[in-house]
Amino acid sequence: MSEPRPLTPKERMAIERQRMPEQDPSARRANFEEVNLGYPERLAMLEAERCLRCKTAKCVEGCPVAVDIPLFVRHLAEGNLPAAASVLLRDNALPAVTGRVCPQETQCEAVCIRANRGTPVAIGYLERYVADWARTHEEGVTYEPAPPSGKRVAVIGSGPGGLTAAGELSQLGHDVTIYEAFHAPGGVLVYGIPEFRLPKEIVHQEVERLVRRGVRIEYNAVIGKSYTLVELRRMYDAVFVAVGAGLPVFMSVPGENLKGVYSANEYLTRVNLMGAWAESSRTPVLRARRVAVVGGGNVAMDSVRTAKRLGAEDAVIVYRRSLKEMPARVEEVHHAEEEGIRFEFLVAPVEVVGDERGWVSGLRCVRMELGEPDASGRRRPVAIEGSEFLIPCEAVVVAIGTKANPLLTSTSPDLRLNRWGYIEVDSNGMTSMPGVFAGGDIVRGAATVILAMGDGKAAARAIDAYLAGKPSLPVVP
Amino acid sequence: MHPVVSNTKLSPNVVRLVVEARRVAEIRRPGQFVIVRMAPGAERIPLTIADADREAGTIALVIQAVGRSTTELCALRPGDSVRDIAGPLGRPTELIASGRAVCVGGGVGTAVVHPIAQALHRAGVEVTSIIGGRSREWVIYERELAEHGEVIVCTDDGSYGRPGFVTEALRDVLAAGTIDAVYAVGPVPMMQAVVAMTRPLGVHTIVSLNPIMVDGTGMCGGCRVTVGGEPRYACVDGPEFDGHLVDFDELRDRLTTYRDFERAALERLDHDCKLGS
Repeated sequence: MSEPRPLTPKERMAIERQRMPEQDPSARRANFEEVNLGYPERLAMLEAERCLRCKTAKCVEGCPVAVDIPLFVRHLAEGNLPAAASVLLRDNALPAVTGRVCPQETQCEAVCIRANRGTPVAIGYLERYVADWARTHEEGVTYEPAPPSGKRVAVIGSGPGGLTAAGELSQLGHDVTIYEAFHAPGGVLVYGIPEFRLPKEIVHQEVERLVRRGVRIEYNAVIGKSYTLVELRRMYDAVFVAVGAGLPVFMSVPGENLKGVYSANEYLTRVNLMGAWAESSRTPVLRARRVAVVGGGNVAMDSVRTAKRLGAEDAVIVYRRSLKEMPARVEEVHHAEEEGIRFEFLVAPVEVVGDERGWVSGLRCVRMELGEPDASGRRRPVAIEGSEFLIPCEAVVVAIGTKANPLLTSTSPDLRLNRWGYIEVDSNGMTSMPGVFAGGDIVRGAATVILAMGDGKAAARAIDAYLAGKPSLPVVP
Repeated sequence: MHPVVSNTKLSPNVVRLVVEARRVAEIRRPGQFVIVRMAPGAERIPLTIADADREAGTIALVIQAVGRSTTELCALRPGDSVRDIAGPLGRPTELIASGRAVCVGGGVGTAVVHPIAQALHRAGVEVTSIIGGRSREWVIYERELAEHGEVIVCTDDGSYGRPGFVTEALRDVLAAGTIDAVYAVGPVPMMQAVVAMTRPLGVHTIVSLNPIMVDGTGMCGGCRVTVGGEPRYACVDGPEFDGHLVDFDELRDRLTTYRDFERAALERLDHDCKLGS
């Protein structure tokens, strides 16, 4: 049998981007099963052939964890899944996660050469395909860790940043223990991101792989309480702090403590981590007929689509700017629209209204118009006088962001913080405490899974250099 | 896993569960709590630490069977174990350094004032404890509290000690001499009544709140209470606050959020038990 002839660039250019098969909107808005179904083999192979195999691949630069995209895609196109999976897992500890939740359209796919003329290679969908293959074919994946260094590293938090750092440090030969405050691993991947976007079983399998590779996890360990950071630093050769941002921000409007007002953190934690999406759950969540979700980010989209699946007849996004300024992933907004989510743009809440028994009965809002650009470069919304109106609802979910949780930092006097309470780090990710590194939302403020992972990977390399007593090297972004 | 060492029935629906939790036993301080998750699929419930034995590596949790999860916890026997215990959480009690203090305990809250009375007594503070229950069989922790000062027992029906509510006994103690601080832990109406009594007298009063909570680390904001007009999180800013500043009516109302759900869960448990017997 002769090798098939490689396609010419012209032939590659002629292939259209393959659509991701999805659950039908009318069915999925009533269940918590995954919306995207994944490419079948034929579509994955075909999509992989669209990659032009650029010599200087911009997509790699666009990836916060610098996955060798052209190489794994090439292996995939050639039908060599073990090689594709080995490349992917070498660079990315959680590819089945990032293949589902990364904002590819602003990262790898945004700089794909094919985006200049048509649509970019569906890198995220291909990553998902290879990662899902690897989940069930671990024996096929090559893993070559460095010899044991004899150094011990503590990682605080088992969210995307902590898990990535742990995987990378372990691969570099260090002995890693993760401290997790909850009873389960994954951080925002399990309490925040819903089942229909990222099944918990997938997070579980990715974590299990790290555990099989030697990473230990201590659960119910609330650092700042169970142990202080200073104590951990004494117990380990280095520490990576990746505790996330944590504290929910509320709107500071009257009525916010009425029954039926949730922070997105609480609403999603009840439904996702505690499993309240199932009728048989032991942890309750209010299944309101009409739910208003305040905010325009991914967390707001997750909340409103969750409300719909919990049976809400009317699930509405209340956002003070317009569609164009919404920070949510394009695919999430699109999916939400398909599922019948209502959007109230250029609207800001002024009061949560309650009934005589203390339950939410509506959200009083005011209409906005866009004025001059603010510090973020986005046009600042300004209230239109006399435009007040009421959105009738029985539950309100506040998804307008988070701020720094002081639980760990308040018991670490030597840790330098910025004015908002986030941890300050140098260009190597090291804090003001020697040997203590930090990354993810507790450094950046609320950002994305992949940026936290990028920080985890960079910190792991900086920790490796620190432990080897090497001068610090500049870290890839 | 945290093995159960002992289970002692203290009153008709209150048990004292001693479980292994070495790190918590080592570092906990009065007023702090743990989050307990009994088994996979179970709820996370906050429980104040009643006592700890550093050498044995155990903590004591005093639990009232009010809902499905607490009923199941109360049924644990030595040989069983609790899956998850996170903590110690919350701020420790702010203790006065000298003078006279009154510790008021109602129902299961009596077990929570015990470590406070103990710490005050050790610091040299003169402690009077006022504890109450519906009737004699509901009175708990009398003997333990007696080790740290005078104890006044009140029962609603007069079957034991002084007839009437704890607040009536408190009124007499406040009238009899100078009190530097009052620590009150119990049902919301009790704490509210204590605060109403101490406020006009200007006696500093600390209460321990038990709002609805999920993570216990400040992440969910479900435990928010209004203190002095400001939103505070019981899990990280509390659970103890200046009682004169707490909006008890709001707390009381928020505690009813899942009442229907809890009732249904209890009925299911009752049904399952009958089927199982």
